Amino acid sequence: MTTIRHIEHEQIVHRCFRCGYCKYPSDYSDFNCPSYKAFGWDTFAPGGRMWLTRAWLHGEIETSARFAEIMFSCVACDNCKDQCVFPKFKDFLPDIFQETRAELVGEGRIPPGVRDYFKAVAVSGNPYKLPQSERGDWAKGTGLKPYTNQKYLFYAGSVGSYDEVGKRMAQSVGKMLVDAGLSVGILGAEEGCDGNDVRALGEMGLFAQLAQANIDTFKAKGVKEIITLDPHALNTFKKDYPALGGKFKVQHYSEVLAELIKKKKIKLKAYPVKITYHDPCYLGRHQQIYSAPREILKAIPKAEFVEMHRHGANAFCCGGGGGNFFTDILGTAEDSASRVRVREAAETGASILAVACPNCAKMLTDAVKMENLEDRLEVLGLAEILERARK
Amino acid sequence: MSDILQSLIDIVGEKGVSNEPEELWFYSRDPGVLAPHKPDYVVAPKTTEEVQKIVQLAGREKIPVVPMGNGMSLAGLVIPLKGGIVLDMKRMNKILEVNPMGRYAVMEGGTSQGALKSYLQKNHPTLRHSLPDAPPTTTIAANVSLHGQGRLTNQYGFNSDMVTGLEMVLPTGEICRIGSPSIGPYWFSKGPTLPDLSGLFLGWLGATGIITKVGLKLFPNKKIRDVELFVTDRVELVPQILYKLTHLEVCEDINVWFQPKPQMFLGNFHVTIFFTGDTEDEIEFKRKMIWDSLQEHMDAKDGGFMSVQYMKSTLLEMPGRTIADFADVPKGGGFEYSGPIALIEHYPQYAAKVVELAQKYNVLYASAARLISGGHAMMFSISFAFNRDDAAMMERVEKALDEAMTFALDMGGIPWKPNHKEQKMLLERMEPNARKLLLMIKKNLDPQGIMNPGNWEVNA
Repeated sequence: MTTIRHIEHEQIVHRCFRCGYCKYPSDYSDFNCPSYKAFGWDTFAPGGRMWLTRAWLHGEIETSARFAEIMFSCVACDNCKDQCVFPKFKDFLPDIFQETRAELVGEGRIPPGVRDYFKAVAVSGNPYKLPQSERGDWAKGTGLKPYTNQKYLFYAGSVGSYDEVGKRMAQSVGKMLVDAGLSVGILGAEEGCDGNDVRALGEMGLFAQLAQANIDTFKAKGVKEIITLDPHALNTFKKDYPALGGKFKVQHYSEVLAELIKKKKIKLKAYPVKITYHDPCYLGRHQQIYSAPREILKAIPKAEFVEMHRHGANAFCCGGGGGNFFTDILGTAEDSASRVRVREAAETGASILAVACPNCAKMLTDAVKMENLEDRLEVLGLAEILERARK
Repeated sequence: MSDILQSLIDIVGEKGVSNEPEELWFYSRDPGVLAPHKPDYVVAPKTTEEVQKIVQLAGREKIPVVPMGNGMSLAGLVIPLKGGIVLDMKRMNKILEVNPMGRYAVMEGGTSQGALKSYLQKNHPTLRHSLPDAPPTTTIAANVSLHGQGRLTNQYGFNSDMVTGLEMVLPTGEICRIGSPSIGPYWFSKGPTLPDLSGLFLGWLGATGIITKVGLKLFPNKKIRDVELFVTDRVELVPQILYKLTHLEVCEDINVWFQPKPQMFLGNFHVTIFFTGDTEDEIEFKRKMIWDSLQEHMDAKDGGFMSVQYMKSTLLEMPGRTIADFADVPKGGGFEYSGPIALIEHYPQYAAKVVELAQKYNVLYASAARLISGGHAMMFSISFAFNRDDAAMMERVEKALDEAMTFALDMGGIPWKPNHKEQKMLLERMEPNARKLLLMIKKNLDPQGIMNPGNWEVNA
């Protein structure tokens, strides 16, 4: 068969059997692919994407708005990679979808929401189109100082810097780090977008520029160790930046807080509350960090920790991964990921849904309102919960 | 926009209909080797009433309707051979009732096997259903519609034998309940003591109506499952071995498999014996019975029990995730199998035929037979893997499967989930009055021939 388009892993696409294991968690209790759950067509499942990608590479189907919607509705949650039963190529599934999106970007046939996102990041340096000068405003009152030569750089990211929910989360983490006596600073107005979601959506040129600018800034400032608020940033700093010359020691704030609690730098009092925890995809499946957030929550005296049915490697994405946080292709209908997820959280009987990612925080906070669960469920970052339990 | 598209949108809403090239391309094919054919619309209903309205519309407009579960029969049974509407039933996936004392469950037809398994594990851990080794996305309705088998088939028969009631949308658009739910609120019998009307639908592959609800038997889920693996290189002994094992009446599932790759399996026939118990004593008692029953073969050095430790978890896994692996052996994403239902005594001839066909057509084989109803028959799978990027290999596999089915029919076997070509072969050989009866049923139930046309088209 003639191939009229090319992607790096094109030799693999025909090997998908479309058996469908990829759209489930390991116990098959519900669909675990957010786009399949939201749209309900087999074309929106990983197997559908594989088969359609092959048809598209061979010219059996044309580039279209629908094809782009199918490709860009993937939230890069990596569930398919974990659940696929073909060990020889399962690891490349997310790459194939990302490469297809990149090819669509190259053709200039992308959904308007994706185009607007790229444009905002390219022009303003953030998706919110807000001034760069305001990027560090969130840190006022936290005690965080500009980065000079402290041990750690605390990287807030765009959501933590500009979004109201994200800012609250960043502030609570910042305060916690300062109060624990950590040597930490921020870049403020000199901080740039990490580019993780730009890359996931396939704009490789823009990603390269963003990454290079960040690496140059980090190096110029003498940064060696980074604590990120956002698992998205953590992911790209650890996975993509080293190949571009950016080799830093990078940790998620949950890992740092867990360590500080162990060392008794953060002391906690009794806080009798029932808490469940949502694993962010970029922290969990992408970076395999499952225990640190749980250690934090379990360290709170008198707090009862309860798991959702789907958790850890089987967690259901909030729908905000892979850039969908900004492009909103999954929408907000009843079967959208964030609404499904908060219903699942409410089923546990917990009154707090703990999150470790500002994107998840925002997605799930909005979903709680849509599901009229405000009286039963509060979405809080790990550090926000610790603030309530701090002596 | 066409009137039909608008009418479909009126029934299921915009999110329930597609005639976009992407959906039409995808829903025109299955993972097997048969040629695709495009539908005109793909529709995903959420209720029985929506299915009813769609069928009524199709009847008025004389449009074909093809109900589809996950489309994993590999036999092209949901390829819309004459276009029309493919009904993706997977949004009808609610588990409606479990009667634990009556040991049955009632669910919408698009409920997946995986979802039912998970639901029972969580809410009724002492109960289970006969889970097929197909992927967990396979739907309950599709599985019983094609007389699927599962992990309890040796004990209790085809999964279609386990149906305890049906809700059907007939080709006229009428909604009809079959069995005890047609009389009262309970779903405990699909037929007896009434005339068993379920036979008008089970095995018909959607050609006589659409299953919207299914009642299904549940069975005790014992606390312990275990497995033994008996290996022999003497194929002629396999029927005797199986006869002895089924005589015990202690095995929930018995499979016999052979394959050339990896090479450690080459030349041997592996009898996998699954058994259960609530206590270790019960398990050990059954294990002893199984070992004792085959002692003479061990004494004669014709075979022996193989240690299963390193592959025990794989063998006990339900569904068997590694089964799909066969599709990637030629690095190619596909396999297809012919699965005739045959007598156990014919095992050696079938086994020889698999190897012969693989050599003749230069394709890779694997075979697994599953015993049915305590050994009254077996499903003998003749599986060939292919590389989806190699059209010539796919053609060879198709030819090998055609020849396999001719062989099976010559041996007096009957095809399981026959594709449209195999259905024709079968009908040509069928006793004329039996064929006439099939025609009568089809014509009366589906006078316009709109239900999955191309399948079970019976010529007078």
